[in-house]
Amino acid sequence: MNEAPSSKPERVRVGRRIFLGLTALGAAGVVLGTEAQQFVGQHLGSGLASLLPGGDRFRIYSITGSYPSISERRYRLKLSGLVERPVTWSLSDLKALPSTDFVKTFQCVTGWRVPDVPWRGVALSHLLESAGVKPGAVAISFDSYDHADSESLTIDQAHLADVIVAYEMYHAPVSREHGGPVRLLVPPMYGYKSLKWLSGIRVVDHVQPGYWELNGYPVNGWLDGTTGATIPKATLS
Amino acid sequence: MTTTASPWASATTVLRFDAVQRTVHWLNAALFLTLMFTGLPLYFGSFFGVVFPRHTLQMIHLWTGLALPLPVALALVGPWGRLMRDDWRRIGQWTRAEVRWLRTFGRSALAADKFNPGQKFNAIFTLSATLVLFVTGYILQWFRFFPVSWRNGATITHDLFAFAAFAMVSGHVVFALAHPASLRSMFGGRVREEWARHHAPAWIDEERSGRP
Repeated sequence: MNEAPSSKPERVRVGRRIFLGLTALGAAGVVLGTEAQQFVGQHLGSGLASLLPGGDRFRIYSITGSYPSISERRYRLKLSGLVERPVTWSLSDLKALPSTDFVKTFQCVTGWRVPDVPWRGVALSHLLESAGVKPGAVAISFDSYDHADSESLTIDQAHLADVIVAYEMYHAPVSREHGGPVRLLVPPMYGYKSLKWLSGIRVVDHVQPGYWELNGYPVNGWLDGTTGATIPKATLS
Repeated sequence: MTTTASPWASATTVLRFDAVQRTVHWLNAALFLTLMFTGLPLYFGSFFGVVFPRHTLQMIHLWTGLALPLPVALALVGPWGRLMRDDWRRIGQWTRAEVRWLRTFGRSALAADKFNPGQKFNAIFTLSATLVLFVTGYILQWFRFFPVSWRNGATITHDLFAFAAFAMVSGHVVFALAHPASLRSMFGGRVREEWARHHAPAWIDEERSGRP
């Protein structure tokens, strides 16, 4: 077993091949990873795929380092600002309103997505109509129970049919880590626009960039990347 | 037997890792563990109900990640890196017998070089994974410059390679603990000649035949 070879043994370029193979795998993962994730999700089901590293799973972000705890009973959503009739809803008030539900992909700006998430909530446009938006209203500012995050939408964006105040996710109450009891959901934009732990909706006369926008993210976080192309930035003060 | 001893060998022991290599190894280990212990909570978000200060973890993870390639790179380039470069070459050189040994998980006959094929594979894997993790980490940090599908792909790839690296490092630690003489040489630098005759016969023959 330990006999020394008499002549120099033949060299093979295996080291290089392992290196190139692994780095090529990494490059393929970057370029084709989204498709691979979709394939795995479709064949295993999103539930099972969520258990795999890199699978369909949410990354839970929190600005403050904790999740505000608001009981369903004490939850209130306040609509104020440039409206005819300021309103405050409890969770059961919101649930009594006509609901909207759909299944959407959740896409984070930093590069992860969760396909096929079922949501239910009340259309933001319905809430605005019930309060009566005054002339001169240009934008909406959103406040969070975490007292740190904030968001904004233009009035036009706020009236998109799939912009909702969501109280159900995966056919269950929105959990605390996902922004429950009630969060904003803006599916045509990156996840940071979908403010968690929604506490207040203020109708205002100019766009006030939210927390993430003040940290450099686009105010109009459209998913297609043509930031602000659909709705002009002219309203941004 | 001992004709002209190499400058690294003494009568009964032989130098396996010089001070530069040992320093690089333990710096790497510290950087890797920092990356792992900041990366896992970043991945899991809330873990056992504990929410982590995400921004702090991110910054530690980012700077540690940027520093990760430095020890190896610096050790390789200078005049101090002679043994480092020598081992780099050894790790890249494979014989058919070594490939067979790796394919059969060590069940075929082999007069091992300084590193057995498993150790060589570990080194090459670590190098490749570091490169992949570095590049995907770069994409995740400076995501604006890359299309969304690449960002998603980078996240998935970073996760998968990270978990593969955890598995590989765990195996590395298990093997190290199972071979205390080998582990000790990563502290003191030297191994006993009998040990080397048993575990790295081709290498000790080379050392004792006075190869410079």
